[in-house]
Amino acid sequence: MHSSITIVGASLAGVRAAEALRSEGFEGVIKLIGDEAHIPYDRPPLSKSFLEGEMTSEKLSLLTKEKITELELEIRTGSKASKLDIDSRTLEIEGEVEGFDALVIATGARARKLPNTEKINGIHTLRSLDDSIEIRDSFKSGNPKVVVVGGGFIGCEVAATASAFGVEVTIVESQDVPLSHVLGEEAGRVISKLHTDNGVQLKCGVEVQEFKGENQVEAVLLKDGTLLEADVVIVGIGATPNTEWLEDSGLTIENGVCCDQTCLAAPNIVAAGDVARWDHRGYGKSIRLEHWDNAAEQGKHAALRLLQTDSEALPYAPIPWFWSDQFDRKIQLAGISSPGDDFEVIVDSPEEGRYTAIYGNAGRLRAVLGINRPRHVMQFKSLMEEEASWKEALDFARGIG
Amino acid sequence: MRVVVDFDLCESNAICMQIAPDIFEVRDDDFLYVLDETPSEDRRSNLEESVQRCPKQAISIEG
Repeated sequence: MHSSITIVGASLAGVRAAEALRSEGFEGVIKLIGDEAHIPYDRPPLSKSFLEGEMTSEKLSLLTKEKITELELEIRTGSKASKLDIDSRTLEIEGEVEGFDALVIATGARARKLPNTEKINGIHTLRSLDDSIEIRDSFKSGNPKVVVVGGGFIGCEVAATASAFGVEVTIVESQDVPLSHVLGEEAGRVISKLHTDNGVQLKCGVEVQEFKGENQVEAVLLKDGTLLEADVVIVGIGATPNTEWLEDSGLTIENGVCCDQTCLAAPNIVAAGDVARWDHRGYGKSIRLEHWDNAAEQGKHAALRLLQTDSEALPYAPIPWFWSDQFDRKIQLAGISSPGDDFEVIVDSPEEGRYTAIYGNAGRLRAVLGINRPRHVMQFKSLMEEEASWKEALDFARGIG
Repeated sequence: MRVVVDFDLCESNAICMQIAPDIFEVRDDDFLYVLDETPSEDRRSNLEESVQRCPKQAISIEG
C-alpha cells in the first residue's frame, strides 16, 4: 500500500479523487496541488449563474475548510507542477523537486486562444473564476457590444447570459450551423433559433480576419468583410489539455495523457478529467472528455485504481453525459453522436420549448439530445448502458413520443 | 436514513433518477419528485452516487 498519494490538479477531478481515496479507507498522506490561487471551485456556473451575478464565489467552492480538515488533505494552491519523471518518481513543483509514491494527474485543460490577442484589452477566454469575474464586470460597464467568437457550448452559454444583461450580442461561428459538429445540422438549427428568437445575432460560415483596436478592442473584422463593433470579445474555440509539463516525463502524450481502460497511464500513475485520454472499452477507441460528470466520475475511478492490483482493476466505460443551460432551456446530450448517424426526432414542441432526438449507427443507439426533456435523456441513457439496438430505441420512442 | 433535496438548487438534471429510479423521478412537468424519502439501508450506495453526481449538489442524506 502507498504511504502517500499526490494529486496534481485541484479542480473537480482532483477533489473527487481525494474524497474517493478517503471513503475507500486510504489512511496515508494525500497531497492536492493546484496552480490557481483559489481553493478548488466548480466551473459550470462560470458561464451561467455566476456570470449572471446570481451566485457568490463562496457558493462555487468544492471544498470547505471543515472538509479539508476532515479529509486530512495537504492542500497547496498557487503551486504549478512543471515536470514529472516517472523513472525517478519525482515531480518538480514551483522549482522544488519532490518524490511521490503514487500520482493522480488531473491538470485539466485550458481555453484555446486566438494568436496575437494577448495584449488587446477586452478580449477574453472563459475558464477560470477570475475570467468570469472580468467578463461579468465588462458586461456591467456602460452598454457594451459583445462579440462571441465560436458558437460551441461555452460560446452559446455566454451569449445567452450576456443577452440577459440586455447587451447587444453577436456570435461568430465558422460552421454554417452552430453545434452541428456535435448535434448535427437539424438539431443545431433548433439551438440557433433559440438564440435568434432571444435577440442574439448569428454570423455563421465565416471566420475572424482580425481584431481592430490598439490597446482596447474596438471591432472584429470578419473574412467576408463584415465589421462588427465590439467592446467585449469572448473567444470560445475549444480547449487544450494541460500536458506540456509532462512532455519529457516518459508518459505517452497524444492530445491528452494516454491511459489504459482502467485510467492507468504508467505503474502507480493515473490520469482523470479533461487531461486524460483513455481506451473506452464500450467505444473500442480512446477518447478524452471535457464534461463535468466525467471529471467527477473519472477522478474517483482513477484514484481507486491506485489502490487496486492489475487483476482487481475495472475498466472505466461510462456513457458520456453533459448539460448546457441557455436562456430558460436545459440542453442535455448523453452518448456520442457522429456525422452521418441515423437521426430521429421524438419530440419537437416549439411552443413548450421541448425537443428530444436520438442518434444511432451500426444498428445501435449512440446518443440522445434533450431540450427541457431530462427525463427522456436519462431513459435513453439507460438504454445505451444496456447496449440497446437502434430498433429497440425506436420502439421505446414510440411509447413516449 | 432520510433523503433531503434542496429544491432551490435542484435544476432537474435527472441524473439521480437514472441512478435510483425507485427514489427519484423527474416527471413530465420537469420537476423532481422524491418517491421514497426514507429508503432502506441497502439503497445507501446508490443514494450516495446520486448525491455525488448531482451537478447542483442539491441532494443530501440525513442519518
